[in-house]
Amino acid sequence: MDIDLPLIWALILAIGVMMYVLLDGFDLGVGIFTAIAKDEEERNMMTATVEPVWDGNETWLIIGGGGLFAAFPTAYAIIMPAFYLPVLIMLAALIFRGVAFEFRHKAVRKPTRLFWNGAFYGGSFTAALAQGIMLGGMVQGVRVEGGAFAGGTFDWLTPFTLLTGISVVIGYMLLGACWLVLKTENELHMKARKWARMALIGVAICFLAVSFATLSLDPSIGDRWGFSMSHIDPARFLPLAPVPLAGMALCLWLWRDLSMKPGALGSAPDWRPYLLAVGIFLSGYIGLGVSLFPFIVPYEVSVWEAAAADNALMLMLVGAVIMLPIILTYTAYVYSLFWGKVKPGDGYHAS
Amino acid sequence: MEFDALLLSRLQFAFVVAFHILFPAFTIGLAAFLAVCEGLWLKTGKEVFKRLYLHWVKIFALAFAMGVVSGVVMSYQFGTNWSVFSEITGSVMGPMLAYEVLTAFFLEATFLGVMLFGWQKVGRKLHFVATCAVAIGTTISAFWILAANSWMQTPAGFAIDPETGNFYATSFVEAIFNPSLPSRMAHMLLAAYTTTAAVVMAAGAYQVLKGRITEPTKWQLRMAGGTLAVLMPLQILAGHWSGEVAHEHQPAKIAVVEGWCETSEVQGTMVLAWPDDSECGHTGITIPNTSPLLFPSVPEGEELKGMDSFAREDRPPMWLIFYSFRIMVGAGLGMLAIGLWACFLWWRGKLDKRGLFHMAAVPAGAFGFLAVVTGWITAEVGRQPYTVYGHLRTVDSLSPVTAGQVATSLIVFMVVYAIIFTAGVVYMARIATRGFDDKPTDPATRERRAPGSPLGSVDDKAEEGDDIVAAE
Repeated sequence: MDIDLPLIWALILAIGVMMYVLLDGFDLGVGIFTAIAKDEEERNMMTATVEPVWDGNETWLIIGGGGLFAAFPTAYAIIMPAFYLPVLIMLAALIFRGVAFEFRHKAVRKPTRLFWNGAFYGGSFTAALAQGIMLGGMVQGVRVEGGAFAGGTFDWLTPFTLLTGISVVIGYMLLGACWLVLKTENELHMKARKWARMALIGVAICFLAVSFATLSLDPSIGDRWGFSMSHIDPARFLPLAPVPLAGMALCLWLWRDLSMKPGALGSAPDWRPYLLAVGIFLSGYIGLGVSLFPFIVPYEVSVWEAAAADNALMLMLVGAVIMLPIILTYTAYVYSLFWGKVKPGDGYHAS
Repeated sequence: MEFDALLLSRLQFAFVVAFHILFPAFTIGLAAFLAVCEGLWLKTGKEVFKRLYLHWVKIFALAFAMGVVSGVVMSYQFGTNWSVFSEITGSVMGPMLAYEVLTAFFLEATFLGVMLFGWQKVGRKLHFVATCAVAIGTTISAFWILAANSWMQTPAGFAIDPETGNFYATSFVEAIFNPSLPSRMAHMLLAAYTTTAAVVMAAGAYQVLKGRITEPTKWQLRMAGGTLAVLMPLQILAGHWSGEVAHEHQPAKIAVVEGWCETSEVQGTMVLAWPDDSECGHTGITIPNTSPLLFPSVPEGEELKGMDSFAREDRPPMWLIFYSFRIMVGAGLGMLAIGLWACFLWWRGKLDKRGLFHMAAVPAGAFGFLAVVTGWITAEVGRQPYTVYGHLRTVDSLSPVTAGQVATSLIVFMVVYAIIFTAGVVYMARIATRGFDDKPTDPATRERRAPGSPLGSVDDKAEEGDDIVAAE
């Protein structure tokens, strides 16, 4: 029996990147919102909701870098030089943000405290923006000649990539606000609901803008969805239509949940907004997958062309099949350990 | 010397990896130390071990965060600056790095949360399990990284695809357990433990000098002194083993490290060297005929290759390696001396009385880091001019990047790392040197707080009497 190892690894990698987006997405989002926290106490409450788990969340990003290297070295060798500067910006932002988790508590004097607070929200915002720009850069395609990146230093900077950059920032803000809805109470909780509604409006606009911009980017994408200049091909569009429709339905549902008073009759449990936001992300992500498959370097290199040797993929598959369930189990365990609302002044000891 | 993309990329890699290695070297050792402290606390019930744990775990949290963020950088460096290397070696090295993420990185990063913030969430035993998970995770992580790096030094178990020119594994067992892995793993782990011991010793010595001598301080000095005295001799043996393996597989590296000019059956040990006009390019002070003693495994009558056995373009550069190696050896011997001295004072009952020893032990806290960095320079610059020794040259490994891009990124990394390094060291030193307040047990309200938590540190600041950022 032949196993299509490159395809399996493309799926594993896609799931890994998705996990990264959903998990680090909310802690980056919370990080962005700390910019408008009303005081240090509120800011501490916000960071306390993510402090025990952010390390594990960010580890999924190594799947993005390390996994691409291991499973698709050719794609890694093209994509990384293509996004040299945005990768650098993202890394610098993540460095500042990551150490700020610890440093801001250790800063004794006010100016240094303000500096690390700034590093925290500035780093969160910039990392999200850089990730969105790279996403856009992938979707718009990378110039390849002779199996290597052949574009310019600033190919990644276009109106389209800026649009996707902003979209990811707003998307992460939605995840972050929904996470705060789940983890906080009282005043901050009500604020988080408001933030989430604002972010949701932004997400809905970005969703549409990015979708239409993507369809017009490359004829092959429009073709895949059944759109062309003159008409819509229902045979192509209809089987795929549930994906964007589900996304829109989830947006409406989330709006309803966020608008109802907590505790009112028929109101949603606090975990549901985050779950719905995850659903919205999934619909966008699947839509993206439909648009780009089977390319790993869009429109140039397919997953099969970029894959590592079969024995390498097989060895890693054994490791992934054994380890990923274990990782997911203990990750879930740690999340359950820190389940529940964060209380003021007792940051990590919610009952 | 031209600052082209190649040289700049090499400088950048050297810089980010040298910066990164400081933190794993420290956290591998510190995680083991914390596991020992917590284990002793659970076993003996002595408060002093709990206090040591709660004290050092705050420093661990800072060092670990810096290790994580600088480690994420590493996983992107290969692609951004060494994409050709990545493509060629991906099918051999990739799985090793993937296994590091799968078996170690997630383990440490996830259980760190429990370790730092779960003090009141989980029972004592489970918390101990989390500490051990982090300690084991850091060690497994070191194994995979060293497997990948040792494969670059002494590549094995692979072949080259004639069509694409890419490498593929013929045996992953041989590739992973390549000839230099065992000795280098031993050398690195011992380096991590002794580096941490030197830091713990320095912090304790500083507290003694400041007159803040409490029960944990005393234990700290004894544990660190004992560790150094026992492990440093082993470390010297491990280093020697590593040198013997290098001599067998990378004779050019050893020729440069030793400064051997001419191939000969018996060689001396060059203590100092300086450039001159001779054919070899340098001369120096040599203790003659030491090679039978230093390389006993080399059979009598076999030639020891000097630099003249290698074409200039196949030789690593001399000066950086030659002196890095000597600084490493000197720092190592210094740590051995500190360890023995500490044990002597312990025996005489004077370890807690301030004296010359404590003044020497404070700067010696940096010796471990110095030895780690200079040791890595010796090993990795000694691998030049290859990335995969004997098979892939550094010059053929570079990404299609411009000098402008790399200069930008190098400057950004230097500035960013300078800021976080300064801040991190200041914060860590502030905690490490503060000492332990001499209350036999912590008040109940404080015990409830997680080590490393902001609330914990607010208390600490209050103790210190520094001006505190008020919660506005």
